[in-house]
Amino acid sequence: MHINMTINGTDVTREIEPRVLLVHFIRDDLRLTGTHWGCDTSNCGTCVVLMDGQPVKSCTVLAAMADGHSITTVEGLANGTTLDPVQQGFMEEHGLQCGFCTPGMMLTARALLDHNPHPEPLEIREAISGQICRCTGYATIVRSIQWAAEHPVGTAETAATTEEEAVHA
Amino acid sequence: MTILEDRPSNPAAGDHDRPIGHGRMQRKEDPRFVRGKGHYVDDIVLPGMLHGAILRAPVAHARLVSIDTTEALAHPKVLAVITGTDLQALGLAWAPTLSMDVQAVLVTDKVRFQGQEVAFVVAEDRYAARDALELIQVEYDVLPPVVDARKAMDADAPVIRDDLEGRTDNHIFDWEAGNKAETDAVFASADVVVTQEIVYPRVHPAPMETCGAVADFDPIDGRLTLYETTQAPHAHRTLFAMVSGIPEHKIRVVSPDIGGGFGNKVGIYPGYILAVVGSIVTGKPVKWVEDRSENLMSTSFARDYIMQGEIAATRDGKILALRTNVLADHGAFNATAQPTKYPAGFFHIFTGSYDLQAAHCTVTGVYTNKAPGGVAYACSFRVTEAVYLVERMVDILARKLEMDPAELRLKNFIKPEQFPYPNKTGWEYDSGDYEPTMRLSMKMAGYDELRREQKEKRERGELMGIGISFFTETVGAGPRKDMDILGLGMADGAELRIHPTGKAVVRISVQSQGQGHETTFAQIVAEEIGIPPEDIDVVHGDTDQTPFGLGTYGSRSTPVSGAAVALVARKVREKARFIAAAMLETRPEDLEWEKGRWFVKGDPSIGKTMAEIAMGAHGTVALPEGIDGNLDAEVTYDPPNLTFPFGAYICVVDVDPGTGHVKVRRFIAVDDCGTRINPMIIEGQIHGGLTDGVGMALMEFIEFDAEGNCLGGSFMDYLIPTAMEVPDWETGFTVTPSPHHPIGAKGVGESATVGSPPAVVNAVVDALAPFGVVHMDMPCTPARVWEAMQGRTRPPV
Repeated sequence: MHINMTINGTDVTREIEPRVLLVHFIRDDLRLTGTHWGCDTSNCGTCVVLMDGQPVKSCTVLAAMADGHSITTVEGLANGTTLDPVQQGFMEEHGLQCGFCTPGMMLTARALLDHNPHPEPLEIREAISGQICRCTGYATIVRSIQWAAEHPVGTAETAATTEEEAVHA
Repeated sequence: MTILEDRPSNPAAGDHDRPIGHGRMQRKEDPRFVRGKGHYVDDIVLPGMLHGAILRAPVAHARLVSIDTTEALAHPKVLAVITGTDLQALGLAWAPTLSMDVQAVLVTDKVRFQGQEVAFVVAEDRYAARDALELIQVEYDVLPPVVDARKAMDADAPVIRDDLEGRTDNHIFDWEAGNKAETDAVFASADVVVTQEIVYPRVHPAPMETCGAVADFDPIDGRLTLYETTQAPHAHRTLFAMVSGIPEHKIRVVSPDIGGGFGNKVGIYPGYILAVVGSIVTGKPVKWVEDRSENLMSTSFARDYIMQGEIAATRDGKILALRTNVLADHGAFNATAQPTKYPAGFFHIFTGSYDLQAAHCTVTGVYTNKAPGGVAYACSFRVTEAVYLVERMVDILARKLEMDPAELRLKNFIKPEQFPYPNKTGWEYDSGDYEPTMRLSMKMAGYDELRREQKEKRERGELMGIGISFFTETVGAGPRKDMDILGLGMADGAELRIHPTGKAVVRISVQSQGQGHETTFAQIVAEEIGIPPEDIDVVHGDTDQTPFGLGTYGSRSTPVSGAAVALVARKVREKARFIAAAMLETRPEDLEWEKGRWFVKGDPSIGKTMAEIAMGAHGTVALPEGIDGNLDAEVTYDPPNLTFPFGAYICVVDVDPGTGHVKVRRFIAVDDCGTRINPMIIEGQIHGGLTDGVGMALMEFIEFDAEGNCLGGSFMDYLIPTAMEVPDWETGFTVTPSPHHPIGAKGVGESATVGSPPAVVNAVVDALAPFGVVHMDMPCTPARVWEAMQGRTRPPV
């Protein structure tokens, strides 16, 4: 079947099988491999992307269901070369180790901060409770999201680090 | 955040009592991971790549009657269907395991556990491969399974491994350590003896990324490139050469970014071999990535030790001896990963942190109709089991003696002046100063205040528990003379090259799965030669690019490879001295080192930086005799001993008397891993391990029903803590360096997973003391806790 959606601000049109999961569409068809696949029962949340700004587990959405919607993946989280404060926060507060859950965690954090710019630690824990991390023990993820809340988009810290990284890239 | 900034001074630590330069630096790995630009196995796409999927057995024990692949082969997108018969023709139906047993790659004779590999489909895409699995017709003749390890040795137990010549029972091995006669004598005359059966149930490491591989066999030059989720790429290369007959120089194993390992990704799984066979058969690259259920049901489980513990003491609380008999459930094939001479790993560290007069253990391994494994999930080769046993037994003894469990531990610790301490089962602990570490954890917890609070709560009928665990780890396997894996000595290599402009690359033989090696190994080199860590690239995971070594598990990276890296940097630094001397037209012995620079003794203004020396080394300076050009070196490090980090953990739980729900309210963890390379990364390692501990103690469990059906085969049943089930961790540290390690650093990655389960269970049992509960087995789920409160400690399954 024919589908059309916006991925990270770009329109994409593809022919797909109706049964294809959004996670596989994103990874295999669009080659956006930052979105991961960690379970087969919709528990782990490594596949979380934003659909119209809301976090969804893309393993539990058919690509066909995303027809006409706007999807943001981890690759679309930064604004050009400027990192989203959530990305910066995860680096500052060591909110990641193996990095496998990180894209999903960050997208959930982005959605949380978009509707609640100053969440309490318990609110952060609730927000990410649909996601599993095996490495961090969560405390540093909570700190990372708090860091992002304290450093909204465009702060000097975020921009400066990004420029420096851009030079090295 | 509760990093303890005012850490206690440790005079013995001297210069080691601080992190390595650049201490809490941000990770070099992070920029790619936060952008979704990591490079994991399933991200790899090669031209013409096909997808494999495995058909798995629906039953635990059954004779294979027939397989019909006709319909699957007729599927328009299917290129190959491989069965056990096909593999038999190639001599690949069975593969050696890390325990000198063999494991079926695909079933040829009979199924031995549910989820076992029966056939392999190669198709154009992953959906088609799965479709085709359903088109394969298999007929099974179901046999009675062996599920309960306690019945595995019964006379009438079905023999699982009738493939093994002359095998008439399910016995794998007997192993013992310590002195039985001495131990029995101490027990015979002890004032107090307590005994307890303690089960460490079967759990699973469950890394977020499952296992997978992309095999790319090039038929023209006979080269195999294998991208794999492996923690030990070099060992895999050697084993693949031995199994496949492809010469080792024609095999390149690449371990890219790995989404967590936790011991799950040490061994070779049938899926990897099948991807290789698929690639050879089709002439195209073949990707195989298992799903979560396959991961939980067929890859390496952890634990599954049934331990009969006994502890002897004087009436006033001097612990005299420990003994235990262990029944180890190894599943259908003995694929346990451990050094060859240690079939029960390092379980004999079960004497713990205490100065005993005698100790003895026996371990009996048996086959059951379950997935193979055993050593995984941050166990340091069975140290999880050892520490759990001793720390539970000490608590049970404390209850019997009506002593405070902290006081009992303090009374029995090995004293700092006793190190290096030879324990009663053959270990020589390198260093330790246990009491200050214990005192610090008690201070951070407010231990006396907690006990007062508990007393008040008990009077109100509220259930609060305080659990202590003081553990000694043994990590860094290991000395070549004692330790090998399938004949490969457990040493690690390192190569360091300084480029002409003073930037560097260090190549290591271990393989990060998130532990931050790309950052911390650069920090070690930076400390030794004074080049900033940002200017040092750490290369790992590609067997064509890195020196041979045994890989990352058992918290061995810092002890072994970290030592190799420090020594290779010193070798380069020493070579730099000779080159600097030539450049300065002076004698090497007249030069003095300050970080990053050799200068003339007595005249610091005359000297050469490492960057200047690097350029000189690649330039036209006439070098002294015996010094070749370039600025590089390589070493292989054979550790003289393991490292013995330790820690003091205190857990505070509240138990809901109505539901049996356990809430971990606080968790205080004080770790001592000697010299600390990067405190931020260590903290992260501890946090992750503590979460494992809470998970195992309260939630995680792979169970089987009487037919051998796996009941923990998905995340619907195999529960892992989320952010809601764990507290904000409180961490502290002390520093007692390893005297034999080049930078005094010990391993730490598994400490928290090893040390925390007994703290949680001790807390739960402590909370349930008013009900007379002395012990309960993990996981302490609400149902089990509720049952325990009703006077039953072993609830009905």
